[in-house]
Amino acid sequence: MSNNQGILWEVFVQTKPGLPHKHCGSVHAPDKEMAIQNARDVYTRRSEGTSIWVVPAEAITASSPEDMGAFFEPANDKVYRHPTFYHVPEGVKYL
Amino acid sequence: MDLLKLQESFDAKIEKGDCIEPKDWMPDDYRKTLIRQISQHAHSEIVGMLPEGNWITRAPSLRRKMVLLAKVQDEGGHGLYLYSAAETMGISRDEMIEQLHSGKAKYSSIFNYPTLTWADIGAIGWLVDGAAIMNQVMLQRTSYGPYARAMVRICKEESFHQRQGYEIMSVLAAGTHEQKAMAQDALNRWWWPSLMMFGPPDADSPHTAQSVRWKIKRETNDELRNKFVDRTVPQAEFIGLKVPDKDLKWNEAKQGYDWGKINWDEFYNVIKGNGPCNKERLEARRKAHENGAWVREAAAAYAAKQQQKAAA
Repeated sequence: MSNNQGILWEVFVQTKPGLPHKHCGSVHAPDKEMAIQNARDVYTRRSEGTSIWVVPAEAITASSPEDMGAFFEPANDKVYRHPTFYHVPEGVKYL
Repeated sequence: MDLLKLQESFDAKIEKGDCIEPKDWMPDDYRKTLIRQISQHAHSEIVGMLPEGNWITRAPSLRRKMVLLAKVQDEGGHGLYLYSAAETMGISRDEMIEQLHSGKAKYSSIFNYPTLTWADIGAIGWLVDGAAIMNQVMLQRTSYGPYARAMVRICKEESFHQRQGYEIMSVLAAGTHEQKAMAQDALNRWWWPSLMMFGPPDADSPHTAQSVRWKIKRETNDELRNKFVDRTVPQAEFIGLKVPDKDLKWNEAKQGYDWGKINWDEFYNVIKGNGPCNKERLEARRKAHENGAWVREAAAAYAAKQQQKAAA
């Protein structure tokens, strides 16, 4: 008997217009139309969504947790990328 | 990195209260324990649809029927969140379903009891979902990220389940003699199996200590069970029903109830497969899966055809 659960799709839901799509889980489906429908039934039963993205799980490339330290290190010594790095005279406005 | 270093960094994360994520290194036993626990949890949601589904066509009003349909649909959804969390640990959906159907994987033994009257639907929502919520609220802070996130969703949705069950019970308890007797009978039958849902006593629970160390569990079986009794007994009294335990007594000193002994022989017997409905439940699941095979085949064939067309 065929098990055939379809491929795995990662599901991203936007909860309000203007907000980013956020990962919320995954579904199985044989094609993208069914993936969208399954995602709606599984993840938005209480009108949690205004938009859904589904992405084949195997199409996602992720950074590797073991290399996290070295991978993100280049940003660590660049405090001048934050506004608090700069001195401005007291009393000056709109800066 | 060598194994020792990986283990150290894992331990440090657990100690600090950080979440473990799918691609993080984790000890084999942590993975095994979680695959077992999450898949059993998923199976329980799916099999749990059956005792309640039994009453959808016979719900006493349209309101009750809509509510029950929505609740059963939620349980199906919860099963799917959990299967998807378990899959992040490297087990496939097919494997899990195969393990359920072959009897290798367990599910909560409570679902091997029959739903004989409408009041049982009230008792399940109130007691069974109530007990499950107690466990699931704790699991929102479990150490494995995808499991914790699934629990947050589930807890949000479960709160109506318990309230609708209690509503059914309170309406019956305020009804005719027969209705009240029906509610009491359901409480009598579901009370003890609900207490068993928290699992064996801590002293006999082989996995509890390690699970607490790994912060998979944040409270032990007995702690959760006592909390459930303390919260539920007053709810029964409030609607004039009596908890079927002759040893039940308020203990002022510990600000909690003392209560009777659970029949653990019954618990182990049901787990072994000798409960009133074990066979029926598994057969229903297998049949549903087999009867759905042609749909899966057709959908796969259609998807393949579309892909060919797109490529051409």
